[in-house]
Amino acid sequence: MGQRRFGTAEILLLLSILILVVVVAIPILLIFWNAFVVEGKPDFLRALALLKEPDTFEALKNSLVIAGGTTVLSTIIGVFFAWLVSRTDLPYKATMKVLFLVPFMLPSFIGALAWKILLSPRGGHINRLLMDLFHLEDPVFNIMSLGGIIAVETMYLFPFVFIQVSGALERMDPTLEEAARISGAGLFTITRRITLPLMMPSILAGALLVALYSLAHFGVPAILGTERNIFIIPTKIYEKIYASGGNFEAIRTGTMLSSILVLAAAAILYIQSLVLSSGRFQVISGKSMRPMVLKLRGLKWPLLILSVLYIAITVVLPTATIFLVGTLKTYGLAFRLENMTLDNFTYILFKWELTRDAIWNSFYLSLSAAAVTMLIGTLISYVLVKTKIRGKFLLEFLGVLPFSVPGTVIALGVILMWSGRFGINLYNTAWIIFVAYIARYMAFALKSTSAALEQVHDSLEEAARACGATKWQAMRDVVLPLIKPGMVAAFFLIFLPALRELTTSVLLYGPHTRTIGVAIYTLNEDGETVYAAALAAIALVIIMAGQLLIKRVTRAKIESA
Amino acid sequence: MATVTLSHVTKRFGGVTAVRDLDLEIQDGECFSMLGPSGCGKTTTLRMLAGFEDLDEGEIRVGDRVFSNSSKRYYLPPEKRDFGMVFQAFAVWPHLDIFDNVAFPLQIKGLSRAEIQTRTRRALEDTGLLKVQHAYPGELSGGEKQRIALARAIAINPQVMLLDEPLSNLDPKLREEMRFEIKDLQRRLGFTIVFVTHDQAEAMAISDRMMVMRDGVLQQVGSPIEIYERPSSRFVFSFIGLSNFLPVETREGATFVQGAPEAGPLAVVRPKGLPDAAWTLACRPTHIDLQAEGGLRGTVARRVYLGDLVEYRIRVGPHELRIQKGARHEVFQEGAPVGLTFRHYLGYPEG
Repeated sequence: MGQRRFGTAEILLLLSILILVVVVAIPILLIFWNAFVVEGKPDFLRALALLKEPDTFEALKNSLVIAGGTTVLSTIIGVFFAWLVSRTDLPYKATMKVLFLVPFMLPSFIGALAWKILLSPRGGHINRLLMDLFHLEDPVFNIMSLGGIIAVETMYLFPFVFIQVSGALERMDPTLEEAARISGAGLFTITRRITLPLMMPSILAGALLVALYSLAHFGVPAILGTERNIFIIPTKIYEKIYASGGNFEAIRTGTMLSSILVLAAAAILYIQSLVLSSGRFQVISGKSMRPMVLKLRGLKWPLLILSVLYIAITVVLPTATIFLVGTLKTYGLAFRLENMTLDNFTYILFKWELTRDAIWNSFYLSLSAAAVTMLIGTLISYVLVKTKIRGKFLLEFLGVLPFSVPGTVIALGVILMWSGRFGINLYNTAWIIFVAYIARYMAFALKSTSAALEQVHDSLEEAARACGATKWQAMRDVVLPLIKPGMVAAFFLIFLPALRELTTSVLLYGPHTRTIGVAIYTLNEDGETVYAAALAAIALVIIMAGQLLIKRVTRAKIESA
Repeated sequence: MATVTLSHVTKRFGGVTAVRDLDLEIQDGECFSMLGPSGCGKTTTLRMLAGFEDLDEGEIRVGDRVFSNSSKRYYLPPEKRDFGMVFQAFAVWPHLDIFDNVAFPLQIKGLSRAEIQTRTRRALEDTGLLKVQHAYPGELSGGEKQRIALARAIAINPQVMLLDEPLSNLDPKLREEMRFEIKDLQRRLGFTIVFVTHDQAEAMAISDRMMVMRDGVLQQVGSPIEIYERPSSRFVFSFIGLSNFLPVETREGATFVQGAPEAGPLAVVRPKGLPDAAWTLACRPTHIDLQAEGGLRGTVARRVYLGDLVEYRIRVGPHELRIQKGARHEVFQEGAPVGLTFRHYLGYPEG
């Protein structure tokens, strides 16, 4: 108590600032420094000249096309299905709603792997089947193209829009639409003039998240594009860093491209905050009422079939493919029982050091990163939400950074920071992945713990203090138990994505620090398709088990990060 | 003519009957309130009127036109009914400014630009919103939002105005003010009002006639005075104001309180038509007089000073009665014996 100038709150603030500076701010600064400072002097012209080189320019262009295409397509599909499950009398709505979220759980690079197996121009199973059936000379589909990458990204990213829009449609006060109806407007007019405009912020929020992810994702374009010389920013950075053996110009190009990614992400987040903060879209009602439902009549069953088919094609087909290919004795054999074996799985799980290590690495890295990040996140959120001290704005600024840093950029940043420049060399150790994970997933932890803390009204803590509890007792006995669900949610929000992480670890792995994602990716690169699929199948089993575990452990609603 | 007629209207949600066999006639130009505790079916009735809910049985007519008919499965959609409606949570559209909110129904009707202008302006003028017509709802207070909703509802000059607890989201002072404004608009524009509320004082203040519902069943229809003075059942009596219920028994002309014969006989006459000797005496707190001597004997259990009123809790045997007296009334101390006489009372069958 009292007016001490330097109390616990100040120590916590400094600690929080310090952590964010070391983990996030300095790596980003180093990227900008490397990109724009040559021999101690700022040099933007040479930096810009690098971008004009054909291959980097091409990567930028592809990024734009893929992010744009994926965003538009995901928005259309997401809005349509969200509307279908929340505003129509589609049969089995509740089940369909859960099913539309399943693509979220599938790592998109595993999906890409499956689609490559099914639809690559010459070897793809579906292409071969169609060519045999109709005696065609040329393959029907080519998934290894810009269009193919957009299609696969959309399959696994559209739930961002779906969640936002279906949530908003459900929370929206139904009398807003009823008022339009009683004013004489028909359903079509209401949708166009009332519902859609009111949904715009949610649609935009979802669309911007899709844009952010499709810009920063490594997996899908790496698996479907690299072989065909289709690069986007993250895969170009990877290529520069690896192909060039780490020469200075290559790293500079990498940092330049990273800077663009950071700026693009920051711009996207800025637009999002502008959209969400304009108060013209407060549509949430206090009462829960049944919203207006459109009777689909004759279209009821066709639309259900369409939805089920969509899930079957985007989720069941690729998953089944991964499991089936994982059992083949050799890739290329027909899917017949005599060609199948479970030995691949035992080999991967117990005998092969590379995959065994990968599974173990992913496990302990995600577990420890999730635990540590969750705790740090709670600390920072506590300072942000619950204290009123000077200098907090600094933390508020730093706290926004983790949200705008794509995985590739973090990887490059930690390479620059922890490769001996400051006396510590973590390169090729698991530690460098660990630090990168903390930076990468800090945003998740901040989001869910600060949401939990905001739910705990100050008066609850004050009531404990009034009952004679010290600050620490109040914290331990009142605040912590109340935010525990938020902390558990944060833990799982980090643990599960980290388990299947590829974008960051692919730039950081050493000979003995492959993660599951990296192992699948490199096995596929080396042509070990069967083992790549088998390991992916194991990853899918782990992810599904983890999702079930989350459901049992937290009943708290987990919003998408 | 906009006489609203409901015949044998029934609505079920799953196994629950929300409205049961409701017959009702709301007169042209009348202000009619539907009153009842939450879940009594009053809002469902209004929503059936508006066309948002189908009927399981029965028919709704406006004038001589059928709006809903369950056996013919005919339902005029809400957008074709030409009603005005004001919702509890205002339901003003946050993405449109005040002018566009109010002009919306006129635009939907496809009126000319000039006519939309004049009629919107008139509605805004009638509700005192002309000054803020280019503001957005987010910038306005609850009372102003409710005015927007009102303006939007009157813009099309509806014959019937449906109001779904329009005042319950406002603070008490504003509520009273809006009540007058709604009445005033009705007088000037002449529409029929169907008003849903759970607040009996509000219903009495605004209505020409009102009805009380409970568990989907109509309890009583009548003018506010009829309903207040002659509630048809114990439920209506208790719902419509503060109430005391005292179980009594009349034998050979003398009435005693059940369980407290020592308190003496009551100077009341058992109303005709009650089935048993035992009955329930119902009385408002302001309709009981206190005196030092005589009357029904009781003890002052508690006395609370309420400013212009003093409220007593009087114990009579195992029962407790609530009595309100003007502040300048003779004061009885807590613990003191008092006598009660009942100025106005009603009798209901026991239970």
